[in-house]
Amino acid sequence: MNSPSTSPIVRAIDVCKRFGNFDALKQVNLEVDAGEVVCIIGPSGSGKSTLLRCINQLEQIDGGAIWVNAELIGYRREGTKLYHLTDAEIARQRQCVGMVFQRFNLFPHFTALANVTEGPVQVLGEPLKQAQARGRALLAQVGLADKENAYPSELSGGQQQRVAIARGLAMRPEIMLFDEPTSALDPELVGDVLSVMKDLATSGMTMVVVTHELGFAREVADRIVFMDQGEIIEAGLARDLLSSPRQKRTQDFISAVRA
Amino acid sequence: MPPSNTDLAGVSAISAPQSALPADAYKIAHYTIVPRRHYGRILATVLILAVLAALIRAFAVGDIEWRYVGLFLTAPAIMTGLANTILLAICAMLLGVVLGVLFAVMRLSKNPVLSTVAKLYVWLFRGAPALLQLLIWFNLALIFPRIAFPGLFDLRTVDVMTPFVAGLLGLGIQQGAYTSEVVRAGLLSVDRGQYEAAQAIGMTRLRMLRRIVMPQAMRVIVPPVGNEFIGMVKLTSLASVIQYSEMLHAAQTIYYANSRVLELLIVASIWYLVIVSVLSFGQSFVERYFGRGVAAVRHSL
Repeated sequence: MNSPSTSPIVRAIDVCKRFGNFDALKQVNLEVDAGEVVCIIGPSGSGKSTLLRCINQLEQIDGGAIWVNAELIGYRREGTKLYHLTDAEIARQRQCVGMVFQRFNLFPHFTALANVTEGPVQVLGEPLKQAQARGRALLAQVGLADKENAYPSELSGGQQQRVAIARGLAMRPEIMLFDEPTSALDPELVGDVLSVMKDLATSGMTMVVVTHELGFAREVADRIVFMDQGEIIEAGLARDLLSSPRQKRTQDFISAVRA
Repeated sequence: MPPSNTDLAGVSAISAPQSALPADAYKIAHYTIVPRRHYGRILATVLILAVLAALIRAFAVGDIEWRYVGLFLTAPAIMTGLANTILLAICAMLLGVVLGVLFAVMRLSKNPVLSTVAKLYVWLFRGAPALLQLLIWFNLALIFPRIAFPGLFDLRTVDVMTPFVAGLLGLGIQQGAYTSEVVRAGLLSVDRGQYEAAQAIGMTRLRMLRRIVMPQAMRVIVPPVGNEFIGMVKLTSLASVIQYSEMLHAAQTIYYANSRVLELLIVASIWYLVIVSVLSFGQSFVERYFGRGVAAVRHSL
């Protein structure tokens, strides 16, 4: 699957994150290799979304360090000092990380196609025509070729989430982060979104998915990470972790979700 | 759709004790429907029409020389007043919006000095009456006889503080205090997820404000700012007190000479109404532009 020589896309070392007195992440370590699909599961408040948001610098970490694509994020290293990056430098680092949110967060004043082309045109400086052609191809890839002129308010939740995936892909990211992408969807719409994500995984995209869909995790994930109370309790190959979890907390969580 | 006979038979067979009515009693789909009579509405309409008729009659028989209204409606002095009113309203509103955006962003800043200064600005200029502020600017020469910046300029305050400048500063600065609150509400109305989504596709803060946040905030900002613009048009009449020859001032100057007080006030009212109508019309276009993608709101109300 992955040659061990390639450096990981994400390398998080001893990451800590506090909100006031609450330790959201306690020295979390995670590596994600190129082409790998990692699902993060765990009860709510366990820090899974926080970890994802730290990788994309939507949250600033309070301890440890994260490398994305072998580049230290958030800081510039000079000798033994770490300098905070500027707004523009952080924005540049985010370009290679795609993110899909639980609540879609499509831009409501743009059509589906404009949502997809906004990043390439405004951030990457791609010519509009070229971005639109690629945007149409991406919308077709997520099964929404006929919706390019629809505004988000005219789309179902599942369709909005698929546009959001296309919007993330339009930046040609090295990695896609999914923050509970199906939690806000009506049950009958979950399947379409998951199948788009499955195709994406098959195409070799590196993905980190925070999810409650254990079926999806079993089928698509290479590795599953179980988190609880800001710590990684257990991580392993998808089938092993789901069918024979070693830790008591993992066992309890899996049987509770299955019930 | 009315239930079929067979369904009913099945239901009544199960719940026999409750359905004492014969099956025919449910077949009412072919009955004529008589709409409800809205007697209250009819009564209200009659009353309002009567009041309107009385009002029209009062103005028709009242001691108003309508000839004078027609005569002065397009008089050169009134036209100059109209132009000055529009000029002051637009300039003061522009100043107000610029100050409003500036102080709204300052208010939301993490820097405590900036946000406190913004709070003080709103407190001070929203707190004092507009007329009083106009008078202060107009009489500034009494305390600061000269306005100077060492090496750049040195001017007599009375020369700088013309009625127009005093009106512009007085109205524009107090408008900025109101507008900054409107802009702040607009910025706060944009969902946090929008900021995050914009950041996630690699936007810098400025680009995010320009492309994603402001266009959405405008949807909230435009209706009250349109409202305030209309208020500003009428507020310019205060500048007549400091001898700015806007419309009311022009009308007054004429009626001091010919004593046709009400006729000239009607002339001024007509022009104010015209300006306000044009503005309202324009506002609906701007609202529609910024309402892209959320047109469904009207239907859900």
